[in-house]
Amino acid sequence: MKIYGWGKFPTVAAELFAPIDETALQEFIAEEQNRSIICRGAGRSYGDSSLAETIVSSRFLDSFAEFNSADAIVDCGAGVILGDILKLAIPKGLFLPVLPGTKTVSVGGAIAADIHGKNHHIDGCFSNFVISFNLLLASGEVIQCSQVKNTELFRATCGGMGLTGVILSARIQLEKVSSVTINQRSLVASDLDSCLDILDAHNESKYSVAWVDCLASKRSLGRSIVYLGEHGDDDNLQVRIRRSLSVPISTPSFLLNKYTMKAFNSSYFAIKGKNVDSRPVAYDSYFSPLDIIRNWNRLYGAKGFLQYQFVVPTEAGKAGLREVLTEVNSAGKGSFLAVLKRFGCANENLLSFPIEGYTLALDFKYEQNLMPLLSKLDKIVLANNGRIYLAKDARMDSATFKASYPKWEAFCELKRKIDPESRFRSLQSNRLGITAETTQ
Amino acid sequence: MKILIIGATSAIAKATARLYAEQGQEFFLVARNEERLLALANDLKVHGAGSVEHRTLDLTDTRRHQQTLDQAFDVLEHIDLVFICHGSLPDQEACESNFELAQQEIHLNGLSVISLLTILASKLKTQGSGTIATITSVAGDRGRQSNFVYGSAKSMVSTYLQGLRGKLLPFNVHVTDIRPGLVDSPMTAQFRKGALWSAPELVAQKIVKAIAKKQHTVYTPGYWRIIMTMVCSIPEILFKRLKI
Repeated sequence: MKIYGWGKFPTVAAELFAPIDETALQEFIAEEQNRSIICRGAGRSYGDSSLAETIVSSRFLDSFAEFNSADAIVDCGAGVILGDILKLAIPKGLFLPVLPGTKTVSVGGAIAADIHGKNHHIDGCFSNFVISFNLLLASGEVIQCSQVKNTELFRATCGGMGLTGVILSARIQLEKVSSVTINQRSLVASDLDSCLDILDAHNESKYSVAWVDCLASKRSLGRSIVYLGEHGDDDNLQVRIRRSLSVPISTPSFLLNKYTMKAFNSSYFAIKGKNVDSRPVAYDSYFSPLDIIRNWNRLYGAKGFLQYQFVVPTEAGKAGLREVLTEVNSAGKGSFLAVLKRFGCANENLLSFPIEGYTLALDFKYEQNLMPLLSKLDKIVLANNGRIYLAKDARMDSATFKASYPKWEAFCELKRKIDPESRFRSLQSNRLGITAETTQ
Repeated sequence: MKILIIGATSAIAKATARLYAEQGQEFFLVARNEERLLALANDLKVHGAGSVEHRTLDLTDTRRHQQTLDQAFDVLEHIDLVFICHGSLPDQEACESNFELAQQEIHLNGLSVISLLTILASKLKTQGSGTIATITSVAGDRGRQSNFVYGSAKSMVSTYLQGLRGKLLPFNVHVTDIRPGLVDSPMTAQFRKGALWSAPELVAQKIVKAIAKKQHTVYTPGYWRIIMTMVCSIPEILFKRLKI
């Protein structure tokens, strides 16, 4: 079966197993000793982190074991989708403390990628709210990990891209909210400097994100709209069920070219590019505007696309971001709106992506001549002491990874201890040199 | 509403039960695997179920059907909906050369359902109300080379349900035959999934609607009615040559 991540690049011919419950999954791991395996949740990582010759899906580990409203704790299987937690949580006045740009990621995936949201500068990563999880190791043993129990393994698994074992279930701390309406304020920034100034000036705002027109050049390089958000106080605790549209088939990728994207971005700015005072918007249009178009990845055509998300530290910020945007600009690549966020402090996890600074995510349609540009961007990111997000990555080389994730050796050392035969491996872990290319 | 679900841990049953749980309904669940039953019971409670009872039962053991169904009626007192969902997908090739295996599959997918229906018909007659919804399959609409052991068991149940529907009409008991198409579930995990495959959640929504509307035969997703009409209209002289 041909399997791919959200970006549809690369694809792999793989066997996909979807065990019916935890026991069946454990049996599979125990019986198939000669297979190397990677676990896959909702398939929303972009590149090859959930790809291997044998893939075990956690989609049927989708039961809720407990929902404790008083303590705001949910205990559920790793295959549960964040949107399903929200459906149960919102009417009880609870909310997920970290939400990525889509509600359709799994709990297991959220932990494995240690995802971040638009409030990272205040609340940090998803792992901050993981009370504990059960991890199935290569040995067949299931152990519970938390910040205080099996801490080393907790810190390796959060952000560890599924390479320490299979996350079976997790207890997540939710956040109490009085309303899920988001009071959104939009601020227009005419260029990159003013965008970063606005983000810095509103660092105390609960949520913030900037949509950048990465096709704008010269004096308007980095022109953007910053959206700030706070929970409202109108007592709205209603789950919103939006009718979503679906892109039924991959559209011809030539429809996405420099001209159509420029036209889109320009009209977006013409419509949205005004300062708007705080006004209430629904939570899902604030956090996950693209969820309204299911399969939006098909817009990039059959060959798929790559998302290049990197972070550069605060001090390097302006220069580093400008270099990247200029490079993208002069290559005539780039995409719809890019997303720029400010990160707070890094955490203790070995492979978590965020470090204090600015992160920018750019989408590129897959083309043969894209790779040299991305390699150039890697160099700029490295020169500025930045790094690339593993959940989005499909092509970074091993040297770049090792230079930018200083705790990679500690990770590999721990992996050797708990998984000496590297049974858990992905195309990504092979490429990055976390696991050896050769299979046993 | 009080709901008895048989084969409750199947993917379609689970997705359907969740929708009923969100409405606050009460459940009595029957399935073979205790661990999965417990997990489902908790899950339904989290989703808002009024109450959830469960019993384990190997459904091939028809001698124990009466006892378990008695317990269900004792616990729930009155049952508004019985949802029968258990089944397995046989290895067609293996069944063709091994009657014992074919018999086991036909017993589970066909006869065990009829055993349950026999007991339930009498209980619901006495009660004077209720709905029996049974999952059969589009595979029962026409015998195909690739899957006729499963198909014949399912068509046996469909034919039985047609007759039973009339028999129970005077007693205010409704009978619904649910024929799913290709559903992406653990039962079909080994298949290559194309555009015609649907998620259990989608199938479940249609089932809940169809039961509420007291429909007779439901194809889910709906386009399977068109597909199966086409499949059934192919002349046999051609059809027998089709390796589908």
